Amino acid sequence: MSIKNQAYIVGVYEHPTRKADDKSIAQLHAESAKGALADAGLSKSDVDGYFCAGDAPGLGPLSMADYMGLKLRHMDSTDTGGSSYLVHVGHAAEAIAAGKCNIALITLAGRPRSEGQATGTAARTAQNTPDAPFENPYGPATANMYAMCAMRHMYQYRTTSEQLAWIKVAASHHAQHNPHAMLRDVVTVEDVVNSPMIADPLHRLDCCVISDGGGAIIVAKPEVAKSLKRPKVKIIGAGESPKHQMGGQVDLTYSGAVWSGPPAFAEAGVKPADIKYASIYDSFTITVLMQIEDLGFCEKGQGGRFVSDGNLISGTGKLPFNTDGGGLCNNHPANRGGLTKVVEAVRQLRGEAHPAVQVKNCDLALAHGTGGSLGTRHAAATVIMERE
Amino acid sequence: MQSQERKIQAPQPNPETGAFWKAAEEGKLTIGKCLACGATHYYPRAICPFCFSDRTELQQASGNGTIYTYSVMRRAPIPYAIAYVTLSEGPTMMTNIVDCDLDNIRIGQPVRLVFKPSDGGPPLPMFTPV
Repeated sequence: MSIKNQAYIVGVYEHPTRKADDKSIAQLHAESAKGALADAGLSKSDVDGYFCAGDAPGLGPLSMADYMGLKLRHMDSTDTGGSSYLVHVGHAAEAIAAGKCNIALITLAGRPRSEGQATGTAARTAQNTPDAPFENPYGPATANMYAMCAMRHMYQYRTTSEQLAWIKVAASHHAQHNPHAMLRDVVTVEDVVNSPMIADPLHRLDCCVISDGGGAIIVAKPEVAKSLKRPKVKIIGAGESPKHQMGGQVDLTYSGAVWSGPPAFAEAGVKPADIKYASIYDSFTITVLMQIEDLGFCEKGQGGRFVSDGNLISGTGKLPFNTDGGGLCNNHPANRGGLTKVVEAVRQLRGEAHPAVQVKNCDLALAHGTGGSLGTRHAAATVIMERE
Repeated sequence: MQSQERKIQAPQPNPETGAFWKAAEEGKLTIGKCLACGATHYYPRAICPFCFSDRTELQQASGNGTIYTYSVMRRAPIPYAIAYVTLSEGPTMMTNIVDCDLDNIRIGQPVRLVFKPSDGGPPLPMFTPV
């Protein structure tokens, strides 16, 4: 069984808040759900499937179904960190294809900014994982784990800080048009490489923002999508895969995208060169570069060259990416960027992105994410969507 | 920038990992060795992550290795170098590079084992440039 053509994304919503001092996490989830339902032209009682991840309070679907008053016949709380919501889109399409639900709601929300979290630099403290005693004492944070990937990539493929900086430059060119973006100033390669070093070789401007916020996605069966008035965005391929340390055979030069991408492209029946727009998870600049290589947009090791000279900027580059400004400039709600990746891809396919960044004739888009940590263990998830 | 001693979070041994930490207290770094398939692994487990046999044991490592990758965390009260070191026995492990100039650490550099005390727990295997 394939999910191709079995389900549509009929509603999306990105919560406009970037600092939610006066709201609860459950409230942000529900406000996001309300926004996505309104976007689709559906109501809460239409929802019969619900998906959420570790950012949801309590026992995920139980707490949130209670809070929102949902009556469900299918639920899934797969948690792979920031890529969870891309996994959820694939799982929702599977559940719909199998007849387990007709209209699935996916929500995300969090307030790390209001809570004062040092997302990138605070050392990890969770003690309940088998790896914890062998890693936590050494001070793995978020930034230095991704930094070790960048350091190895530079060593092995001669990637430079200037090449990585082009990824941030491209994101900033897009963010200037997004009134909700946290960072709207256009930056230069020099700005990035001259910003303070956080964890060698990653500078402050190689890192994503820390923001509050949320978002939601509605996935529905074809009959529902046809009855609604919105442009039709069809799910045509999905893939997911974890990557870890393989018992000590550590190789930080590639990501799980080498395993999540090929089945998604095969299911969709398209090639990387066919993709008109790509949402690529951008926790750090190096995350984007490695995923672009691993998804096959360029040869392995050539990512530095590929992203340079504005090649990711909409209107001038070959692969327009993250036209909302992405995690690097716009928003990284709950420290999890997977959901907003789908939202901007849907905007592009509907022709509803900002006119300054809208890709012409955008009929095929990809959204891809990495959840967990690129430097230890992570889950890659790929979704390919088509405008009908 | 010369590395400085920092407070090291104590690892919490459990029934599966007790022998590893007991060996650490004796100044020995151990890795997982599978008696069924012969492969070595890290971190050590009761079940081999390659062939899934439960015939595993701890094997003492020589303490020699090379730096696979590293990063100096500049935004910490006391900057420190986190790294992956590939042991001469094969497995690669997360660790810190200590007792050195943090600005002179390089990928491929040969390193040797040193133990550093943790805050109220067993000592931690770390590495210093040869």
